[in-house]
Amino acid sequence: MARPPRVRRSRGRDPLGLRRALSDRLLPALVAAMALLAAMALAGAQGAAELTSRWEAGAAAAVTVQLPPGVASGGRLERALAALEALPEVAEAQLMSEAQMQALLRPWLGEAPAVALPLVIELRLAELPASPEALAGRIAAAVPGGVVESHGVWVARLVALARSLQAVALAALVLVAGIAAAVVAVAVRAGIAARRAAIALLHDMGATDADIAGRFAGRAGLLVGTGALLGTLLAAPVLAGFADLAAPLLGQVPAGSLAGLPWESVPWGALALLPLLGAALGWLTAQATVRRWLRRLP
Amino acid sequence: MVRFDDVGLRYGSGPAPEVLRDVSFTLPQGSFHWLLGPSGAGKSSLLGLMHLALRPSRGEVEVLGQPLSRLRRGALPGLRRRIGVVYQDFRLLPHLTVFDNVALPMRIAGRAEAQLRADVAEMLRWTGLDGKAGALPATLSGGEQQRVALARAVVTRPALLVADEPTGNLDGAQARRVLALLREMHRLGTTVVVATHAEGLVAEHPAPALRMSEGQLVAHG
Repeated sequence: MARPPRVRRSRGRDPLGLRRALSDRLLPALVAAMALLAAMALAGAQGAAELTSRWEAGAAAAVTVQLPPGVASGGRLERALAALEALPEVAEAQLMSEAQMQALLRPWLGEAPAVALPLVIELRLAELPASPEALAGRIAAAVPGGVVESHGVWVARLVALARSLQAVALAALVLVAGIAAAVVAVAVRAGIAARRAAIALLHDMGATDADIAGRFAGRAGLLVGTGALLGTLLAAPVLAGFADLAAPLLGQVPAGSLAGLPWESVPWGALALLPLLGAALGWLTAQATVRRWLRRLP
Repeated sequence: MVRFDDVGLRYGSGPAPEVLRDVSFTLPQGSFHWLLGPSGAGKSSLLGLMHLALRPSRGEVEVLGQPLSRLRRGALPGLRRRIGVVYQDFRLLPHLTVFDNVALPMRIAGRAEAQLRADVAEMLRWTGLDGKAGALPATLSGGEQQRVALARAVVTRPALLVADEPTGNLDGAQARRVLALLREMHRLGTTVVVATHAEGLVAEHPAPALRMSEGQLVAHG
């Protein structure tokens, strides 16, 4: 029997001609731009979370009251604590121990301070007051002669702001994913329009919806995954640069040069997921778009 | 077997007129039928129903023993793979070679590459295209393109073969060659339905005929 001829079959596995119908330039470029935005939103959310946890520690004692000398005697301290706990805004009032005070003042006074340490009451608030100044006035009225320090209220507000930023960053991430899905859907619809006759032919020959949708989904997943990988690679140095700029906020020294950028601050784990998630998003969007279109065929 | 029972077909929804009305007939398995009638008589619509590219608006269509009204959508692809179609306008995929166009139904059916190579090569020899395997459709003559379309339609050895004006764009010699190939498929046991308005060709090859006029079957036999 004669040997079957060898023929060029390079496109045999792409009967719909999707390599041309779904361009390997425009879609990956658009997705790369969106992946860059997604990476920045992701890093923003992570950075805001880090700041939140750092600042939350500072906001633990929202208000402190330094008591005037002589309060410790004659039951005045107990009365002051009771008066503070009676305030509706105060959840808990607690006298700081001598050991806590020594630890707090050690950087300035050393291991064995020669001066008498003041008595300080820590207040934990039930909720953040609308006006810290008005609360400070009520506390001062409850403990005459006391010095009220309400910096923790402002720190707590910063924490709330950081949490809001985190939520906005995550919302931006969801929005970018939604826009990416819409872009993929538009590209796939254009591909369907360009290959309408070929799709109908395959359908008439007995190709299943899963087969046709799978061809589109495979191509879309590849292109979106490639674009997302490109965008993620572009994002890494940008994020390292941002981390360097933010170093003073975290008590670190900025590098100021490319070589010294804090690469360890880049959220590599989350970034590594972006191309995979992008490919999955492209695959799923293409599947849904094509299957929906195919339902109109008999 | 193909059976139409009081079939009507209307395109789109709403009060559009039916393009096929009250069509009833039965084609035995392994038969050869001409489908005759002037342009616009409903021949292509009838063939579309036979190869499951259309669904009837009313009545029952039974193809290869399967009544369509009782078939789930998911079962249709399997049935379609048992039907070969030769289109009037060929419908070859322009970016695929002759080999890949002919191999397409086998790939859709999930045949292994190693297996299909021999079958496609044999089919190209049978249709006189064995030197054209690597050519793109745009480089072929009309007759060659029609033979590629025919090879693609029969490469899976379908139980039912429908051809819509398969000789419409061909000269006499090419038309007779294509018809000989269709006859050969019939001889091998395939049910064949050929739509044409080439009355001369029909006279050369007498066979039972379905005659359509204005969407109705006016003669059968």
